[in-house]
Amino acid sequence: MYTAASFAAGFVFGLGLLVAGMANPAKVLGFLDLAGAWDPSLALVMAGAVAVGAAAFAFVKNRTHTLLGAPVLLPSSRRIDRRLVLGSLVFGVGWGLAGICPGPALVLTGTGSAKGLVFLAAMIAGNGVFEFFESRKRAAPGPAPMRSS
Amino acid sequence: MSIAWNAFTPASALIGGAIIGAAAALFVVLNGRIAGVSGILGGLARPQAGDVSWRIAFVAGLVAAPLAWGLLAALPEIRIDTSVPVLAAAGLLVGIGTRYGGGCTSGHGVCGVSRLSPRSIAATLVFMAAGFATVYVARHLIAQ
Repeated sequence: MYTAASFAAGFVFGLGLLVAGMANPAKVLGFLDLAGAWDPSLALVMAGAVAVGAAAFAFVKNRTHTLLGAPVLLPSSRRIDRRLVLGSLVFGVGWGLAGICPGPALVLTGTGSAKGLVFLAAMIAGNGVFEFFESRKRAAPGPAPMRSS
Repeated sequence: MSIAWNAFTPASALIGGAIIGAAAALFVVLNGRIAGVSGILGGLARPQAGDVSWRIAFVAGLVAAPLAWGLLAALPEIRIDTSVPVLAAAGLLVGIGTRYGGGCTSGHGVCGVSRLSPRSIAATLVFMAAGFATVYVARHLIAQ
C-alpha cells in the first residue's frame, strides 16, 4: 500500500514537473538568468507548490500517524550548519550549470533523453562520492557524523 | 533585468506547481515522509531492509510520468543546450551537494518551505543564489 502510494506520488510529481516546465532545462536556465531575458515562470511554480504543500504539512503537523497509519517522519533539526550551506552552494552551482535538479533528472531519463541520462549517471556518481567520504568518516574515530535527511 | 514575456508561462507554471504540491501532499499525508527526490534516491546507496521498495516506487513514478504522458500526447518542449562534459560536471556537483546539503529543490524548496523549516529556507536561499550567480558567470562573463 505504501509502495503504491509512493509510486503515485512520484508519478504525480513527474507530471507536475512536465506541466510546470521544470523538466525543460532551457526554461529553468531562463529563470536563473536574472541579467538576461528573464522568465519568471518558476517563481510561480514554487508559489503553486508551496500553497498546496503548506496545507498538507499543516494537516499532518500534529499527527503522529498518516491516513494510511504510517508514522509521520519529518526532520526536526533547525540547525543551519556549514554542511547545509556548503552542500546547497555546491548544488546550486551544478543546478546553474545545467538547469537540472534531481527530480527533473529522473523525468528527463523517462523521456529517453541521452543528455538527461548523462546528468543522472553523474549525479548518482556524486551520491557515490558523498557515500565514500561518509563511510570513511564513520570508520574513523571522532565525533559521530550528522545524519542528513 | 528584462522580463521575457514571450517565454513567461504563468498559467502552466501555477498549475504545474500546484500538481507538484499535490504530489508532496499525497506523499506526506499517506506515507508521512518528505517528497525529497535527492534524499529518496540517495537512500538507495546504502539500502536497509524495509526501506527500499518505497524509494524505488517513487523514483519509478517520476520516470514513468513522461512515458505515460508520451502515450497520450506529445511531450512538452525539452531543450538541453549544455554540452555533455558540462552536464557531467553539473550532475556530479548536484549529486554531491544535495547529499551534503540534505536536500534539493523538492525536499528543501517545496516541502521545507511549505512547512517553514528554517534549515530548508536557508538551503533554498543558498542554492537559488548560487544558481543565479552561476548562470550570470556562465552567460554574461564567460560566454562574452
